[in-house]
Amino acid sequence: MSSVAEKDEYNYDIVKFCVIVGIMMGVVGTFIGTWVASELAWPFLNFDVAEVSFGRLRPVHTNTVIFGFGGFLLYGAGFYMVQHATHARVAFEKVAWTAVFTWLIAMLCIWATLPLGMTQSKEYHEPEWWIDLIMAVSWVCMTISFLGTIARRKMSHIYVGLWFFMTMLFMVTYIFVFNGLCIPVDFTFSYSAYAGIHDAMTQWWWGHNAVGFFLTAGFIGVMYYFVPKHANRPIYSYRLSVLHFWSLTFLYVWVGAHHLHYTAIPDWTLSLGAGMSIALIFPSWGGMINGMMTMSGAWDKIRTDPVMRFMVVALAFYGMSTFEGPLMGTKSVNALSHYTDWTVGHVHSGALGWNAMIAIGAMYHMITRMWNTEMWSAKLVNTHFWVHLTGAIFYITAMWGSGVLQGLMWRAFDEYGNLVYTFADSVAAMHPFYALRATGGFLVFCGFCIMLYNTLKTISAVKAGTNVTLTAEARA
Amino acid sequence: MSEYKKEGGMIRGIPHDTIESNLPILAVFVAILVAVGGIVEIVPAYHLEDSEPNVEGVRPLTPLELEGFAIFRREGCFLCHSQMIRPFRDEKERFGHFSLAIESGFDHNYAWGSKRTGPDLARLGKKYTDAWHIQHLRHPRSVVPESVMPNYFFLEETKLKTNLTKKRMEVLAMMNVPYSTDDIANWEADLKAQAGVDDGDGEDDLRARYERKTWEHDGKVIQWTDSFEPTELNVRAFDGDASDVTEMDALIAYLQQLGTHVHFEEGVDYYHDKFGQPYRE
Repeated sequence: MSSVAEKDEYNYDIVKFCVIVGIMMGVVGTFIGTWVASELAWPFLNFDVAEVSFGRLRPVHTNTVIFGFGGFLLYGAGFYMVQHATHARVAFEKVAWTAVFTWLIAMLCIWATLPLGMTQSKEYHEPEWWIDLIMAVSWVCMTISFLGTIARRKMSHIYVGLWFFMTMLFMVTYIFVFNGLCIPVDFTFSYSAYAGIHDAMTQWWWGHNAVGFFLTAGFIGVMYYFVPKHANRPIYSYRLSVLHFWSLTFLYVWVGAHHLHYTAIPDWTLSLGAGMSIALIFPSWGGMINGMMTMSGAWDKIRTDPVMRFMVVALAFYGMSTFEGPLMGTKSVNALSHYTDWTVGHVHSGALGWNAMIAIGAMYHMITRMWNTEMWSAKLVNTHFWVHLTGAIFYITAMWGSGVLQGLMWRAFDEYGNLVYTFADSVAAMHPFYALRATGGFLVFCGFCIMLYNTLKTISAVKAGTNVTLTAEARA
Repeated sequence: MSEYKKEGGMIRGIPHDTIESNLPILAVFVAILVAVGGIVEIVPAYHLEDSEPNVEGVRPLTPLELEGFAIFRREGCFLCHSQMIRPFRDEKERFGHFSLAIESGFDHNYAWGSKRTGPDLARLGKKYTDAWHIQHLRHPRSVVPESVMPNYFFLEETKLKTNLTKKRMEVLAMMNVPYSTDDIANWEADLKAQAGVDDGDGEDDLRARYERKTWEHDGKVIQWTDSFEPTELNVRAFDGDASDVTEMDALIAYLQQLGTHVHFEEGVDYYHDKFGQPYRE
């Protein structure tokens, strides 16, 4: 079926840049994450310095891991896979570089402004309006370059991984623009164009679809390229990929309302959100099954290849958190879970389990292919896997425990009809869980440090000529 | 990468082969499909009358409270404190009557939050004394030993910056917040009067402006009934020091009015009935 005439020489420089910056973002983001988690366990860590107090530092963590680490992974892996899956060199290379640099500039601006308290106060959309504009320029450049490369493809079909990536590019544009609409007061402050229920609804349309498209559709696209490539197996089912692509594209958009159950939002909207949340399990699991089954005939690799293990465990976490999500999206479960740490745990089972692990797997894959080398230390890749996995499990189980406990304590009544616990009781009960969570976060941070060290060693070994090149089979 | 199988390019009569070989077609399909859900869920709320059942009493924030809201936002308070009480028995016992849509109707940006590391604040107003708030903000664990909140003692040491106050009101008036030109012109006098730094000179004017019953915006007039008595403004040196206006003044002024605007009456059900209509006429 391949109508490939020839392959262009790929632009790896831009991918290399994104991967290295991405790993650094992972180190910084998880360090700040560990810090803010520790502030909740041991409040003296706020150090009485306003700039690093929890309320100002927490968005620095979320922005760095989502848009720094996740963003640079998507840019890097996006440019890598669009070239490989089209056999064409990146289109409009200057535009592509502009996308990467403006994204980095936006990240630096985020680090500079959020600790000063300049925030739009919309979760995962905190940077002020002018940083939004920088990010928008970057995103448009990325879209132009990405679609331009697809237009230059050397075969008739567009690979399924690229469909998902394109969906992300479009939807994130919509939600980012509409949620970001505001009237600036000055450079440090702006008011949202919406108020009250409208602002809440728009915010969670953004909030859930930043997860649904930036962290799901984009990363599913990455999965569709890197899992079959690394396992050296074809995608399990073409039909399943078509089916779950269109259903995921359509359904994800609706479910943001489940963040607002039992609030002042009209009830019909919330019921719609809950219903769609349950339906969403099918397209989500379609992707998970398609990825998992691709391993048929290559399962032995997870015993010998830690990079493969990263990818497979990522898919397992994806399957688990997309089961947990619909569960928490139903009203009766949400009544307990909302406002508690369970939500935080759910986000992190997606973020640490699915996003980070598929990203790390793809990064190791790209590093070895682009520099044509084995990693400097295969042992450290293996260590990274176990440290990361242990950290993620510590984190998630701690938050399940604290979340459910919180929810139950808040609603406990005694036989006389009085509340059993004060709110402060529930805060005190969280301490051991918060300590465990911070430990888990610290392990994930250690994992990223190991990865950065191993990567830098690998690159310097390549420069010194002391590396082991890939086998022809792996290069294929 | 192995090529995926094609089955004549048709899937149940849909020429998927054509769709996935043609970038513009694929792009347009995707662009339309992802827009549907958001439009259906967001747009109607602007047009359905029962989205925000009309209840009397909700007024815009005064200049001082508005600055307090900005500090609330700057410090990221909303990350740990929600302002949205759900209609559950335990939340009623602990925090008070469930929140109505109209109570945050002037909140740009909304501050409902998504997480309760600390308690909900939707009805915090008048629940504690100013002295409690000052001590709690200075050093939370001196009042609530279990607390994990950072110390905010710098608020009372920091003079309130008011260079943006007027602009903030103008921007909000451009949207749906019914500040009159009179309200905006007198922002500074009102701000000082509420913090008690003007020896009481401007208090009557301030009260006349923010305890009024007629609110006009964009040609639309909201008139509260004669029998309705608007909630009295909090007017005093909130930080206990009438010599200047600090960030502590502004933040406590904001906190002390939260959830106090609507006067809930016994026996009135403020929730929709099953046909979506408010019970109350």
